[in-house]
Amino acid sequence: MASHEATSAHLHEATVPVSAWGGGVRPFATGSKKLGMWLFIISDAITFSALLMAYSYVRVASAAWPTPFEFYPGIIKATVMTVILLTSSVTMVMAVRAAKVGSRASVVKWLLATMVGGLAFVAIHATEWVGLIEEGVRLFKNPWGEPLFGAAFFTLTGLHMTHVFIGVCYLGVVAALVKMGKLTSEDIEVSGLYWHFVDLVWMFIFPLVYILNIKMG
Amino acid sequence: MDQSPEHVHSEASAKIFLYVWFWLLALTGVEVFLGYEHLEVKLMLVLLMGLSVIKATLIISYFMHLRYERRSLALTLMPALVIVVTLMFMLFPDSFRLLQMRPR
Repeated sequence: MASHEATSAHLHEATVPVSAWGGGVRPFATGSKKLGMWLFIISDAITFSALLMAYSYVRVASAAWPTPFEFYPGIIKATVMTVILLTSSVTMVMAVRAAKVGSRASVVKWLLATMVGGLAFVAIHATEWVGLIEEGVRLFKNPWGEPLFGAAFFTLTGLHMTHVFIGVCYLGVVAALVKMGKLTSEDIEVSGLYWHFVDLVWMFIFPLVYILNIKMG
Repeated sequence: MDQSPEHVHSEASAKIFLYVWFWLLALTGVEVFLGYEHLEVKLMLVLLMGLSVIKATLIISYFMHLRYERRSLALTLMPALVIVVTLMFMLFPDSFRLLQMRPR
């Protein structure tokens, strides 16, 4: 009987819920850096949504929206950029994995591979921008039709390119610190979250800006 | 470096990232193919956005690992994003109106 009471008392103690706000508990079971990066990503996603909405808004409100992207260079380049970005996400996943199970050298190697992907993306994108500018596209002027095309295109892809470039710098700093042995595996995971988010945004820019603006023969 | 249940998971599923990568590339290919089909604009938009949402879900679930986090994290983050994006659609009727009202 006594032992039974002891057991029920023990059970009672175990089932009293611990407050998530009392300290010492992680409500989301993540570190604070990871939660912080997730919150940043949500707010940045809203920023990009606003720009995509603005682009769609002007497009719907314009009778003569230009559709300048031919198969080459426009669509080929954008598709190659998509493949590069998706592949760099896989190398980033490998870096995060290596941080959990592997050696620091392999983490640095995968991070460098991811950075190469990011730089290739920016380089191809830059040649595309130069090509469009040479064709006469400006922020409020272009040879084809609705003058706001340039404003919508350059603002949206420009902010995205900035994110990729900042991501490359971020990963460079992370790689250097990993080499010095100053980071935990969570820090690398947090940088990975940012990188995948930049990839994710491109998954919406690619169909809306490129595929829907294909020049049909 | 750290030993956790997550650690066991990440060892078990290295291949899944390659599957996800393959599907993302395949869906990108479908999008390019659709671009050259002469479809009605509304249908095209629905198809392209549907594919993009699938791709985004794959990236968030697997690459960003949200599927394996505690469910409360996803339930905190995603509704906020969906509600804000939905609210932005309030502006669109104005865009159609502008198309009619603009001087030509």
